[in-house]
Amino acid sequence: MSMDTPTSQTLDDAFAALTEKIPYISFLGVTFQRRGDEVSALLTYTPDLIGNPILPALHGGATGAFLEITAITSLTWVAALERIHSEPKWDGTFAPQPKTVDFSIDYLRSGKPQDAYARAIILRRGRRVANVRVEAWQDERSKPFIAAHGHFLLS
Amino acid sequence: MTDNKFKNSIVPPLQENNEDGSLMSAIPHSRELGMRLVSRADDEAVLMIPYDPRLIGNPETGIMHGGAITALLDTCCGTAVMMSRKKPSSTATLDLRINYMKPATPEKSVYAHAHCYRATRSVGFVRAIAYHEDRDDPIATASAAFILNFKGDSA
Repeated sequence: MSMDTPTSQTLDDAFAALTEKIPYISFLGVTFQRRGDEVSALLTYTPDLIGNPILPALHGGATGAFLEITAITSLTWVAALERIHSEPKWDGTFAPQPKTVDFSIDYLRSGKPQDAYARAIILRRGRRVANVRVEAWQDERSKPFIAAHGHFLLS
Repeated sequence: MTDNKFKNSIVPPLQENNEDGSLMSAIPHSRELGMRLVSRADDEAVLMIPYDPRLIGNPETGIMHGGAITALLDTCCGTAVMMSRKKPSSTATLDLRINYMKPATPEKSVYAHAHCYRATRSVGFVRAIAYHEDRDDPIATASAAFILNFKGDSA
């Protein structure tokens, strides 16, 4: 390993710093794992996430927010990796959080009262704007229950 | 406030009548967010979320996370659909698009006002605004479509 290659401890610490200090992410019960430059998101089921107690189904606001959080975290992680890799001695700081310009959600099926998983695809990351598509699923990856696309302001 | 002021607003003004908010306590995730029903009328609803440190999206600024506003707008639009003159027995979000104009101000409650401006036999079309005090200075606007269910409908 060369001197310039960040250790996995550095990456773990940076990833934790990005994802573990935002109160709303903990409130919703979302956790992340890094998969190279990709982010894998988990929404852990609790009864507090229910929006329709009769079905029962997850609240569309909670699952929509889950996608938005996943999109933003995926963007911040890619930007953080760029900083970590480009600076010989990374100072531990991050770029400002991307700001959502718009977010458009398709509700495909009702969310079942169980854990959900999400993955974002960054379609384009320009100097000022990023376009992101994000999907969440439960039992089968090929059957998303909610999908969204959004634009984010990076600077 | 004159009627003229709202001539160009996307939803008409609605007087607050301080409902007890018990409607929201039937929705676990809305209750968890501290959401309250402020007012409702035919085709319309006003909801609010009091400022809560658990909902912070940026610990440096204390700004409420956009995800909480997504949940507020989704619930508010759904409530307006339930208040539509078609009187559906239940509803589910088909799509929800949110445009963010500015961040919420820390320490302030966020209100949402939704108007179901058209309902067909199967779909309700809704517009909504999220704001602090002034609906002409929005935090976010939303446009949504909801599927309408009626008692006796086959699933």
